[in-house]
Amino acid sequence: MTRSREIGRAGWGWTAFAGIIALIYFFPVMWIIMTAFKTRPDALAVPPKFFFTPTLDNFVGVFFRAVISGGGAAQATEFPLYFFNSIFIAGVSCLLALIIGTIAAYGFSRYPLKGNETYMFIILTTRMMPAIVVVIPIFLMFREIGLSGTYAGIIFLYTAFNLPFTIWMVRSFFDELNTEIEDAARMDGATERQLFFGICLPQVKAGLAATFVFGLILTWNEFLFALLLTGVDTRTVPVAMARTLGGEMGVDYGLLAAIVTLFLIPIFFVTFLLQNQLLRGVTFGTVRK
Amino acid sequence: MASSAVVAHEIRSEGGFLPWLLAPQRRGPLLVAPALIVLFLMNIFPLLWSFGLSFYNYSAKKRDVPDFVGLRFFERVITDPTVWERFKTTAIIVSSSVLAQLVIGFLLALLFSKQFPLRRILLMLVLTPMMLSLVAVGVFFKLFYEPTFGLVSQAVAMFTGDRYALLGSPTGAIIGVVIADAWMWSPFVMLLVLAGLVSVPKYLYEAAEIDRASTWRRFQTITFPYIKSLLLLAVLFRTIETFKLFDVVYILTEGGPGTATETIGVYVYRLAFQYFRTSQSAALAYIILFVVIVLTSLYLYAVNRRAQEVD
Repeated sequence: MTRSREIGRAGWGWTAFAGIIALIYFFPVMWIIMTAFKTRPDALAVPPKFFFTPTLDNFVGVFFRAVISGGGAAQATEFPLYFFNSIFIAGVSCLLALIIGTIAAYGFSRYPLKGNETYMFIILTTRMMPAIVVVIPIFLMFREIGLSGTYAGIIFLYTAFNLPFTIWMVRSFFDELNTEIEDAARMDGATERQLFFGICLPQVKAGLAATFVFGLILTWNEFLFALLLTGVDTRTVPVAMARTLGGEMGVDYGLLAAIVTLFLIPIFFVTFLLQNQLLRGVTFGTVRK
Repeated sequence: MASSAVVAHEIRSEGGFLPWLLAPQRRGPLLVAPALIVLFLMNIFPLLWSFGLSFYNYSAKKRDVPDFVGLRFFERVITDPTVWERFKTTAIIVSSSVLAQLVIGFLLALLFSKQFPLRRILLMLVLTPMMLSLVAVGVFFKLFYEPTFGLVSQAVAMFTGDRYALLGSPTGAIIGVVIADAWMWSPFVMLLVLAGLVSVPKYLYEAAEIDRASTWRRFQTITFPYIKSLLLLAVLFRTIETFKLFDVVYILTEGGPGTATETIGVYVYRLAFQYFRTSQSAALAYIILFVVIVLTSLYLYAVNRRAQEVD
């Protein structure tokens, strides 16, 4: 995203200045992470505690429920299942969206239909639409055909949810390719299949990886569909987070913070690796430079 | 459109259905068909269904056969003062949040438009809010605003000696929602502005330096033209996204106090899943859809203009 030759250079002084601002901006996240390492009294201490003895109890608590009465063995929680669900549902649906979306993007880019841009517009609109608009009929529809609470239902829905994003992103990569290479190959008698698999696809490989990962991020934090359409066995982490709020002892902020922290780690590293594609990613491929 | 006889003839003459399907002129439609089918099933069809629902008196809770009421629900939604009240609330929250995102995002972009040591890592710290789950943001901002344990209340108490419940008053609740949303999404605006700042040719600044142009003049004549279209994009994109605001508000204030922060998204949710007025919520959803279509076309118009400028 940034080409260093075009922007001004600054030294460590600027680093110190930017560091202070960045830390202030990061403070709420910092506080969540700190809360994850606090005991229950520390988490709600008045005045707030900036220095405390860190504990890993909350992270243990995510996976094991302490048995209060008697000294029985700790009971495992369902969180490993929820983490698995989040990874599995996001992974499969993004992969499906990537396959179907790449094929469609290639079509939109190389074999424009009549009214091509209208299709692209409608596709984008389905993504810009508030989830609340479609969730009502989908909720009724899933209930009717028995897809509520199944992996198939939520995966299919998320595939559709990710498709517009994937198509716009991947098309932006295909559009950027130099078509002269393809024309030359076509002159040499390459079949359409060879053009797609041999020439176009290898050139957008990095873009496809970025698209996949951005899809994962979008799906990772999705809440409303998951809340209404997953069941006990297919629940994802954001829904499970929301459900920890309703305990009779009030919200266990330490536990919740530990879940949030664990859930943030994968996304954080992936985003770090994808920094150069970030702009295109957050604007669905509509803004490239 | 080919008549079925012609199609049948084609199938015979080219030897089977498969070659007919794979003919060059059908390549485009064939490639996009799977995607369009999935989108139709999961997006367009549900929309049409709910369009149908909005003509019937239907509730997801009742099992009896709904009766046809025609445009009554559309009429009710359009003439309902609560709906306009909710649109007004949404407009206030959207405009203040997007404005805050623009200012903060712009300042952050200025900060990161230079190359300095550890830039990548500091940039990551600023981008993190965008990656948080909306549930997490809702819950922890609620904790920050909480009068007894919350950081905001305790910080205020240091000066005034009194606890402070930000979410207790209607204005305070709106400010609370706007802060949480703007904090989360300002980095997005930063990314767009940063792209604009990077695209300004350096020689322009060098020339301005020779001419001893003031900072304001340099911004006005050099920087602003380069980031103008990206700012417009940012405003539209964020307006569309903020318009949907639901999760954070629902967890932070549940629309309260009273209905002070009940955005249109929260209102549709309540209509559909708390009051079970399914048909009415479907009719309202259509009005939202219309707004989104208008905003999206404006957005794409801005995208195309920007693309022309870059070329």
